[in-house]
Amino acid sequence: MSAGDLPEALAEIAADFAAATTRQRLDLLLEFSDELPDLPERYAGRLDELEQVDECQAPVFLTVEVEDSPGRRVHLFVDAPAEAPTTRGFAGILHAGLDGLPAEEVLQVPDDAPMRLGLAEAVSPLRVRGMVGMLSRIKRQVRLKAAAG
Amino acid sequence: MSALPDPSPEIADYAHPERLVTTAWLAEHLGEEGLVVVESDEDVLLYDTGHIPGSVRIDWHLDLNDPVTRDYVDGERFAELMGQNGIGRDTTVVLYGDRSNWWAAYALWVFTLFGHPDVRLLNGGRAAWVAEGRPMTREAPRREPAEYPVVQRDDSRVRAFKEDVLAHLGRPLVDVRSPGEYSGELLHMPDYPQEGAVRGGHIPGAANVPWGRAAAEDGRFRPRDELEELYLDEAGLSPDDEVVAYCRIGERSSHTWFVLTHLLGFPHVRNYDGSWTEWGNAVRVPVARGTDPGTVG
Repeated sequence: MSAGDLPEALAEIAADFAAATTRQRLDLLLEFSDELPDLPERYAGRLDELEQVDECQAPVFLTVEVEDSPGRRVHLFVDAPAEAPTTRGFAGILHAGLDGLPAEEVLQVPDDAPMRLGLAEAVSPLRVRGMVGMLSRIKRQVRLKAAAG
Repeated sequence: MSALPDPSPEIADYAHPERLVTTAWLAEHLGEEGLVVVESDEDVLLYDTGHIPGSVRIDWHLDLNDPVTRDYVDGERFAELMGQNGIGRDTTVVLYGDRSNWWAAYALWVFTLFGHPDVRLLNGGRAAWVAEGRPMTREAPRREPAEYPVVQRDDSRVRAFKEDVLAHLGRPLVDVRSPGEYSGELLHMPDYPQEGAVRGGHIPGAANVPWGRAAAEDGRFRPRDELEELYLDEAGLSPDDEVVAYCRIGERSSHTWFVLTHLLGFPHVRNYDGSWTEWGNAVRVPVARGTDPGTVG
């Protein structure tokens, strides 16, 4: 597994997963699920304004904000139900790995990054597709919003 | 040693009430020797967020499917899986899960392929247990491994392959997918990822009874008279019919297979697990589009 072209935080997460057994990977994923921050007040009750991630089996909504300052830092907001901890875990990983990075770095994250976490054996390749969908939607929004600002 | 059936009136009217237990029965028998509770969910991590104390997890994808061939595990692997979860051939297994026992019913159907004698569903599944405020834990169970014999899988009684369905055309079929998938407007479940079928529609002659109609709001099965209205009056099935049920990959139709076989007592129901992801990609098989069942030939 090569983590060389991942941003630092995501590379560290990838290394943690790589060092873990299949069983431990599920525990790690559960930690990310538990740690996914709630949507801030300004998005409460406004899920219809967020983008739904169709690739996920559970109803998952996300949006990104790009700071209007030279750093163009990205902030990620995801809503996923408690009954869908795998999906929440995927969102938690992306949040921990990408939130606060400059837009340019987020756009450079390879599309197949979710496949490099060793999650396919732990939760099945079919399920990991949901995370690939989440990442591609995040990048698309960052691209649009960074260009608009 | 297996547990006695649950005599509760909640399930007494069904054809085979010994295939169900109520939440109250399970709460009373939890921890007894000869009983193993198994959680089987769509979301593999849901078990880790909290499960019925002492229960083990069996995942449809990771444990019951062969990792290479599109098929279920073989007798050796099934015996290993049972053994490591402390299940013997004479153990009473109670399955429960999310989404009205959708995946638990799928697991029960796979247990049936191996002829496990006493396997039951928890009526209402995980949601009913949680709604009643019954105990859940994150603590991993400690189960002594058990000896489970290697039993060859019997695909002849409750499983149908594509060739069987082709030979069955003209006789009763139930398509348990959503109306949009049945008519061919959608190639996959609403809100679900595309899982690749190049043609949309249904197998000619199939009645459309979405699987979830057999479940009430609280996740429990609908009472027997309501189920009879649905499958006998509305879909036109009769208990002596040989019926084949299918969906997209055979999981939703396991739920309907359970309802027809164990709750309504149809003796000849098979689940076509290849389902639409096989049929909708197969060359030169007949396909009907629209809301009408259509005819063969």
